Amino acid sequence: MSVRHALLALLSEGPKYGLQLREEFEARTGEVWPLNVGQVYTTLQRLERDGLVQAANGEQAAEHEALGNTPGAPQKAYRITDAGSAELARWLRVPPDLSSPPRDELVMKVLVAVTVPGTDVHEVIQAHRTYLVQLMQEWTRLKEHDDGPDVAFVLVVDAELFRLDSVVRWLDAADGRLRRAMADGWTPARAAQATIPALARRRRLGVVR
Amino acid sequence: MSVLELRSISKVYGKGAAEVQALRDISLSVPAGTMVAVMGPSGSGKSTLLTIAGTLEEPTSGAVLVGGRDIAAMSGGGKARLRRRTIGYVFQDFNLLPGLTAAENVSLPLELDGMSARRAHLAGIKALEDLGLGDRAGRFPDQLSGGERQRVAIARAVVGERSLLLADEPSGALDSVNSEAVMRLIHTYCKRGTAAVVVTHDAQLASWADRVVFLRDGRLVDQTVPSAGPESLLEQPS
Repeated sequence: MSVRHALLALLSEGPKYGLQLREEFEARTGEVWPLNVGQVYTTLQRLERDGLVQAANGEQAAEHEALGNTPGAPQKAYRITDAGSAELARWLRVPPDLSSPPRDELVMKVLVAVTVPGTDVHEVIQAHRTYLVQLMQEWTRLKEHDDGPDVAFVLVVDAELFRLDSVVRWLDAADGRLRRAMADGWTPARAAQATIPALARRRRLGVVR
Repeated sequence: MSVLELRSISKVYGKGAAEVQALRDISLSVPAGTMVAVMGPSGSGKSTLLTIAGTLEEPTSGAVLVGGRDIAAMSGGGKARLRRRTIGYVFQDFNLLPGLTAAENVSLPLELDGMSARRAHLAGIKALEDLGLGDRAGRFPDQLSGGERQRVAIARAVVGERSLLLADEPSGALDSVNSEAVMRLIHTYCKRGTAAVVVTHDAQLASWADRVVFLRDGRLVDQTVPSAGPESLLEQPS
């Protein structure tokens, strides 16, 4: 999660103070991502250094009071610059990097379970499946009482559910594929003599570039 | 007391070399107000479990108790009454009768059970209104969207205060928002005291259940335990 860009997005609505930024950030991410105020100020300093935001000195005191804060000891308000707006527009459209193959711990566990003597890989898969579905039940409970006003929160919960669901589906697929392969007489030892040269396979997975 | 109780259920189809053991020694208890989801790959016995729970098929061994009463001790008429009054079914393909309106589809089971046409119609309308389909009561199934058709099917399954809801892949081919609406409905009925068993291969749908049980090769291999509460998800590791 880019705190940098989230802050730029909040500032695109108008100048804001650090504390206000933290509160709005948490509210809009369904309060699932707590942010400490130190993080906000460090990020703002970096954004200022890079010319993406600037201190809004002029209206500082007036706005500070308009926001219901006590006068005196005013905090610093920030506004987004043109360069900041351009950076925000660019970031929204750049896909996050999902291209590299995941060196997923769960994938490793299943691959290893196949090779360990006396281990039933299906039992290992089921243990993970049960755990994941249980976790999904807990996330779903969060949606239970929500009838829709807090769309940001539900979107965050949905994202987590879809992510966990994809792992469960991978486990289901792995389970089925291993059963079929084992029924056809496949063993890990035979897998070592696979016909595709190891280097080519790794290259295809992007492990070796 | 459990609304549905399966005691050491086994089911065998065929004989000799063609014998298939569809279920092996399944015990499952579903109290009022509880939704249980049954997950498992194709051929694991999920649907067989549901037809036996719904008294549409008999187990080879073991006992099925609905509302505390053993099905094996009931007459054919008694079982038919149980299916009409106590158990509601929701199927993957909705199974609405195309020549009847939404309201007629919903009130049909009540009329078949001997209720006057007028009272059955009123109950049907009320069930549809409960599901936000009051303005669709006079429409035929082909004039409804997929999501609406499945909601009509759910209204038909719950009309007349039935205590056990059995659903086989109830979201069929619906998109994720409509699927969630279907599960939310079943969940709501359970909170009002209905017991439900939902068969699905979809973990997101299953996660609406209070308990998820996993079948494999006809055996119950694992189940989720009730959680400590969703709040734990939002606590930050310190």
